[in-house]
Amino acid sequence: MFDFSNITSWLHNLLSVTCGLGDFWTILIECILVGVCILAGYAILAIILIFMERKVCAWFQCRLGPMRVGPWGIFQVFADVLKMLIKEIFSVDGADKVLYYIAPFLVIIASVGTFSFLPWNNGAQVLDFNVGLFLMSAISSIGIVGIFMAGWGSNNKYSVVSAMRGAVQLISYEMSLALCLITAVVLTGTMKVSGIVDAQTGAFGWLIFKGHIPAIIAFLVFLVAGNAEANRGPFDLAEAESELTAGYHTEYSGMGFGFYYLAEYLNLFVVSGIAATVFLGGWAPFNIGVAGVDSVLDMIPGIVWFLGKTFGIVFLLMWVRWTFPRLRVDQILKLEWKYLMPLCLINLILMTVVVAFGWHF
Amino acid sequence: MASIVMFCILAAVILGSAVMCVTTKRIMRSVTFLLFVLLGVAGLYFLLDYTYLGAAQISVYAGGMVMMYIFAVQLVSKRTLQGLVERVKGCRALSYALICLVGLATVAGVQLKNGFISVLVEGKEVPMQTIGEALLGSEKYQYVLPFEFISVFLLACIIGAIVVARKEKEDK
Repeated sequence: MFDFSNITSWLHNLLSVTCGLGDFWTILIECILVGVCILAGYAILAIILIFMERKVCAWFQCRLGPMRVGPWGIFQVFADVLKMLIKEIFSVDGADKVLYYIAPFLVIIASVGTFSFLPWNNGAQVLDFNVGLFLMSAISSIGIVGIFMAGWGSNNKYSVVSAMRGAVQLISYEMSLALCLITAVVLTGTMKVSGIVDAQTGAFGWLIFKGHIPAIIAFLVFLVAGNAEANRGPFDLAEAESELTAGYHTEYSGMGFGFYYLAEYLNLFVVSGIAATVFLGGWAPFNIGVAGVDSVLDMIPGIVWFLGKTFGIVFLLMWVRWTFPRLRVDQILKLEWKYLMPLCLINLILMTVVVAFGWHF
Repeated sequence: MASIVMFCILAAVILGSAVMCVTTKRIMRSVTFLLFVLLGVAGLYFLLDYTYLGAAQISVYAGGMVMMYIFAVQLVSKRTLQGLVERVKGCRALSYALICLVGLATVAGVQLKNGFISVLVEGKEVPMQTIGEALLGSEKYQYVLPFEFISVFLLACIIGAIVVARKEKEDK
């Protein structure tokens, strides 16, 4: 497999040895470069995802979707972004202005923060702590604060109702999300993102093959809880446009609203990316143990594998969104606390037993 | 050099947010600034390379602050939510200052007696395995008994909360 760390170490040598810069400046320049790359990737993926959502939605509803701007409407999203950028930003009379202006930034920080943990290729993960998955779920929970703050700061009754719903839903589903990740960590024995992917290389090394029954249960529950955590249908009752107009971001215009829109689509990508990383092997290619076939599959670059798996799951979640009707708040809470969380706890015990007796592959 | 710059930024954020937290008139803003204080403290843990504690701090308090917002909305009167003005009398201000002084003296006493300032911790990341074994081991400097005790205590709290919140069935 191609190792991306060749490029990063080449760049590091270029800056520190060839250009003769000190430690401080080398690291500063590298941090800025990495930050720019992350933000560029974030923006490009957001554009792709918004276009994909419109086309997939249209396909499920037997429509064509955007067709006018450019061939197949591919420039529609650019036109929308331009419109959003030049809109005026103003706040409602009587709104709590401090909270109103801070809230979108908290949501976008949480989204970019979790986005930075994804492993793009062999040696191309940006944040790689030894508490990786734990820190990732910690950062994602900052987004809840942003949602609640926006709902309260807007001085709008719909927004407050939506903020309450959002807080209850996100805090509940975080539980089973974390339990599913712990189930995977029991099998891999590490929380480091690169370590988790390394544990899944080799013939039938992906966690859903390796951990069979408990891993598949954890994967499915993770998809449900992740869909709820990304605030998407059938769990989109926080922004429920038919009953609460747009919920917590009703009163936002311009880029304030744009941040929520970006964060919503990128959270979908991040949830799919985490599912692909933890359960489907991240950048690890699909190997079957036959040398000839494996060497052909290894020729495909890691980033193609990663994006392929992630967009596969993104398509699955969009399919769910445009197929199922929205749940009520009591149904959502019942699903989490009465079914998913006990299932996760039992599944965690099952996985521990499987690992302790060595019944996995 | 870089770590000193980071420490100064974090210290400024923590102190500024702490002052804003107690001086602001609206309770929701005060909760928000408390969140920034706690996130700043998490930043200090990352600066010390204790990533586990930093992650725990973020995950506990981000969710905890949302709960605090909800309690603030549900338990506080409308007038307080929209901005409360309290007149502080001279003798009360004096007693507040005295309490602050006692707190400062306690912290300074503990710091000076144990010499935490002079003991520099080696800057290396504590591996997850060490933390896990320390929490669940029964050897010396391992903490399985407090860990289990706290879990039983929290369970008792949850059951107590359910008993208090449960609606009694009305007799017909």
